[in-house]
Amino acid sequence: MATNLINSVTTVAGPAARTQRAPARPTVPWWFLMPALLLYGFVVIVPSVQGAAFAFTDWDGLSVVKHFVGLANFREIFADPAGRGAAVNTLVIAVAITFIQNGIGLLLALGVNARIKSRNVLRVLLFAPAVMTPVVTAYLWKFMYAPDGAINGFFEALGLASWHQNYLGDQSLVIWSVVGVVVWQFAGYSMVIFLAGLQSIPSEVLEQAHVDGAGAFARFWFIVRPALAPAITVNLMLSIIGGLKIFDQVWVMTGGGPGHASETLSTLIYKNAFQFNEFAYSIALALVLTVAVAILSAGQYRLLRRQEG
Amino acid sequence: MYRYRMRSLGLELLMIAVALVVAFPLYILVNISVRKPGDLSSPAAPTTSPTLRNFADAWQQAGLAGAIANSVIVTVVSVAIVVLVSSMAAYRLARVGTRWSQAVFLLVMLGLLLPFQLALIPLYHTMRDLGLLGSLWSLVLFYSGLQIPFTTFLYAGFIRALPREYEEAALIDGAAPMALFVRVVLPLLRPITGTAVILNAIFVWNDFLTPLLYLSGSDQQTIPVAIFSFVGQYTSNWSMVFAGLIIGVLPILTVYFLMQRRIIKGFAGGLKG
Repeated sequence: MATNLINSVTTVAGPAARTQRAPARPTVPWWFLMPALLLYGFVVIVPSVQGAAFAFTDWDGLSVVKHFVGLANFREIFADPAGRGAAVNTLVIAVAITFIQNGIGLLLALGVNARIKSRNVLRVLLFAPAVMTPVVTAYLWKFMYAPDGAINGFFEALGLASWHQNYLGDQSLVIWSVVGVVVWQFAGYSMVIFLAGLQSIPSEVLEQAHVDGAGAFARFWFIVRPALAPAITVNLMLSIIGGLKIFDQVWVMTGGGPGHASETLSTLIYKNAFQFNEFAYSIALALVLTVAVAILSAGQYRLLRRQEG
Repeated sequence: MYRYRMRSLGLELLMIAVALVVAFPLYILVNISVRKPGDLSSPAAPTTSPTLRNFADAWQQAGLAGAIANSVIVTVVSVAIVVLVSSMAAYRLARVGTRWSQAVFLLVMLGLLLPFQLALIPLYHTMRDLGLLGSLWSLVLFYSGLQIPFTTFLYAGFIRALPREYEEAALIDGAAPMALFVRVVLPLLRPITGTAVILNAIFVWNDFLTPLLYLSGSDQQTIPVAIFSFVGQYTSNWSMVFAGLIIGVLPILTVYFLMQRRIIKGFAGGLKG
């Protein structure tokens, strides 16, 4: 129907109309913005501003009375081993995910971009975990990680019983187990974005470089890497922001434990707001998270834009 | 030539091995879900006498029918709203280049950097005051607003690259702005609408924290929350739990495998900076 309309319109308007219509630009009315701005204001801007303000009060979530307490909530976060631990864990998890997921994603993209017969099937399969509900994959891995679970069983079958680990019960191992699940699920996501970057490189350019005697590494560094710069920016931004916000996998597999060994800012926000009724403290944690996201993504963005040139 | 083929074969085998490692947990998922209760063989060993009993049990115990219906309603309605209002806003923002317009665009893009955890708790109280807690509409409202920055970003980039000729021609024909938008602009935006629908729908469908908060204490659940409470109740019966996990993830995996080409393109194309 729409194409009919366009066709009839172009024939009617024709070349004669074209020559005289120079200033006739379609004006998009201002109210086109209103539904989006109202929704966005109500759901994001107003509560975020409220949140930023509540973080400096002693609000308990129930009473109407709030007192300004300055930086007390923030002092408490960094004095409390759980709060400090959550901040450190969140940062470690986000940085680890960013490096490992994108490293593996890049290798997978190079692999499925090569001329192998199974590449289309492999792409579909390797990306599949990325669409699955994180709650589901987290339960699956909780079972696999159990002391008598599939991973230890697998090592046992290989005669490597000494490799047995308590993946989710060991305080020094647990956040790496969480990182492992996220990397397993989202490496295919990074792969797909890198692949889009790789496919923008004309194969003649690579072949010519090969003919001219450029080795595999030189071709990667001087041709592939610059072409991948936008994909690298997008991938790193996505994984650092996603990593900082991590909640589902931790909440399902460990609840932040053992002790506070896998506590993240998001799990602590949830606990303080909805289990301990420490609303102001919880919002202060959310503000710490916001600042971390802003600093890390802005810093990374500047750094990467310079690379893109 | 021969050397090249040997290397391709090597890479082929290596990549298939990697894919098998990635698929191993999914094999475990299916393998355990068809096991009879009391079968204590190793999780990796293929199940000898498979049964579908666990799926019937999980379907009854977990109340997944209601949760699937709720997830469908929330996903469809919020994605429809967010796509319509964001495309309209992006159309105005991309076509009008005034300082005000640029400022509004930046204000909307600021939302890309704000983690929703910050808005979640104050909004929880607003929702409570409005009597929306425990209702699916709280989720629809939340996602419709939350996804606007990202969706507007997608549309604005696409519209800026779109020639104005069609709109100008239709304008001369005397179409009203809304009619022009619906009949001329929206059809031109179809490729990016596909991407926006896919990315938003997968996010909304899989989100866990928001329904965990806004639906808690009610009998309404979406799939991630239904699975969470179901597994919490039956942790000892892993066969039934895994059957429940499969039922929970089957709708989205089915859609994925039916539309994999489109979905993978959406994820890759929509995010090209």
